[in-house]
Amino acid sequence: MENILSIKNLSVSLSGKRGIVPILHNISLEVEQGHILGIVGESGSGKSMTAFAINQLLPGGRKSIVDGSISFCGEDLTEKTEKEMTKFRGKEIAMIFQEPMTCLNPVFTIGRQMKDVIMTHQKKSSKEAEKQAEEMLEKVHIRNPNRVLSCYPYELSGGMRQRVMIAIALSCSPKLLIADEPTTALDVTIQAQIIFLIKEACKATGTGVIFISHDLGVVSQLCDTIAVMYSGQIVEVGRAADVLAHPQHPYTKALLASVPSFTPREDGNDTLSAIPGMVPDPLEVITGCRFAPRCSYAMDICHKKVPPLQIFADGYSLHCHLQKEVEN
Amino acid sequence: MEPLLEIRDLKKTFKIKNFFGSTTEVQALKGISLSIAKGESLGIVGESGCGKSTLANLIIRLDEPTEGSIILDGQDISHIKEKALRKLRSRIQIVFQDPYSSLSPRMTVEEILTEPMCVEGVKTTKQMRDKAVELLELVGMRSSNLSRYPHEFSGGQRQRLSIARALTTEPDILLLDEPTSALDVSVQAQVLNILTSLQKQMNLTYLFISHNLAVVKYISNRTAVMYRGKVMEIGPSKNILMSPAHPYTKKLLEAVPIVGKPFHQPDTEDGSVNDGDIVDGCSYYYRCPFAEKRCLEQQPEFLAKEASHLVACWKG
Repeated sequence: MENILSIKNLSVSLSGKRGIVPILHNISLEVEQGHILGIVGESGSGKSMTAFAINQLLPGGRKSIVDGSISFCGEDLTEKTEKEMTKFRGKEIAMIFQEPMTCLNPVFTIGRQMKDVIMTHQKKSSKEAEKQAEEMLEKVHIRNPNRVLSCYPYELSGGMRQRVMIAIALSCSPKLLIADEPTTALDVTIQAQIIFLIKEACKATGTGVIFISHDLGVVSQLCDTIAVMYSGQIVEVGRAADVLAHPQHPYTKALLASVPSFTPREDGNDTLSAIPGMVPDPLEVITGCRFAPRCSYAMDICHKKVPPLQIFADGYSLHCHLQKEVEN
Repeated sequence: MEPLLEIRDLKKTFKIKNFFGSTTEVQALKGISLSIAKGESLGIVGESGCGKSTLANLIIRLDEPTEGSIILDGQDISHIKEKALRKLRSRIQIVFQDPYSSLSPRMTVEEILTEPMCVEGVKTTKQMRDKAVELLELVGMRSSNLSRYPHEFSGGQRQRLSIARALTTEPDILLLDEPTSALDVSVQAQVLNILTSLQKQMNLTYLFISHNLAVVKYISNRTAVMYRGKVMEIGPSKNILMSPAHPYTKKLLEAVPIVGKPFHQPDTEDGSVNDGDIVDGCSYYYRCPFAEKRCLEQQPEFLAKEASHLVACWKG
């Protein structure tokens, strides 16, 4: 299948009050048409920054990208000017954010905001745009699209607002949809609905999706491929089934163990295994593996040498000194 | 065993005045009865808007109930005022959902932790400081943090500070209103583990509110499932998870994302159906796939599935 997006060796540094802060270290990712890539990691691991880098929305603009390329349908986004980028944002690459309340403008109706997006990117009259807005709302299973179009954001519940956001994002048939923790602020029941909507839209239109989350449970239900990020690095990438069933990196294992489950553990110990400590500050100088200080498998070499990238079949790769366990 | 806290047929109606002066009534709680024994932890589960937080606000008396009573240690606290209320608050404390808005940004950790002790009175600065250090250690934080401000901490650390603050008055009951919903899963695990170990150490009683059944299971012995101001099902957490009886509980369970569990396609209902208040029948009627005529006409009574496992459903 064709790759919509391929990020190669991307490194990003932001300059601020504290000097130059390296945010992303040598990231490579690929998204295929009609596939869902999940990016998982704790807060501060660089998930959202990756999304911003793709959209060229990094604070500091293009200067922030130190190295690497982002190729979107054959075009390198890192070389685009701000004006050229506006053609991609919202049209070719759409984005859904975590907080549906702060993303919608409180003083305009939903209809007005949807029409704005449609008319900016497509040559359509106001009437046609309104008709399309209505169709988009129907696609995200809103029962009464006409009423919602005339509503202001405050009149809608969190789940409804997120549906509207998805409808706006999909209204220009983007090739790539980036969803940045779209369900974190929602109830579990609504979360299940939003996951279903994204899945449905992706399969129906062939849109590639990058789904960012900190919850491996959520990602496991939706994604084809999973990339696990930690402190600005990708530590493990592979097919969702492989990564979830046979996690190799200690960080992935630790994340999996911290998701609460229903069934009691086999050893009868019912405490959740938390990951001790926190994601390191990006300014912190760590020689060797960035996860080593929190890793329960850390060896001497982990503190001294940056782990090599091990590449295997089926697009599986691992950033760790530990060897991949041989499957029986 | 004598219950520490008992709630009898608690009702709360909010009056909402609109722009033109007419009022509409919203029934947030429609008759809730619960009891919690000392040292027990009761989980309350339900979606946004089911009245979980209203219940917590009534118990800590941030709001006054419209009907019904809240009984703590044999004393009715549902309408007490000022002095008695202040005394009550030292026995019941609360931890809120959002650790970013529940800590004052202008106070140091020491001020945050000692303020409740000042209100309680009679303690020297030294005593209060020692106590603050002790509390920080209880939630796994270093005493060097005393002079820092909330913005210097991560979400998980702030939530631990909120827990420490709630413990300053040595309360009997801790109300936990979605304490981990705003946190990463890895950090959520840290906070949940701290809560369980604190309960063992201090024999605390918890009322743990969440919308995620898997999280509630880690904290509570018993779980109550709420929907639209009513308890739908209550029983030992294990029973609720392993053999849920109410259709709503089943639906909540299906929605929890768990690694290795196949995705269960949800109904795509957007919740905008006019499922106005049902006066006589079951409030879950409009969303229930098994609803029949009787459900609309008659309020289901609690049926005992097992001795301690009650279900408010005609089909239970």
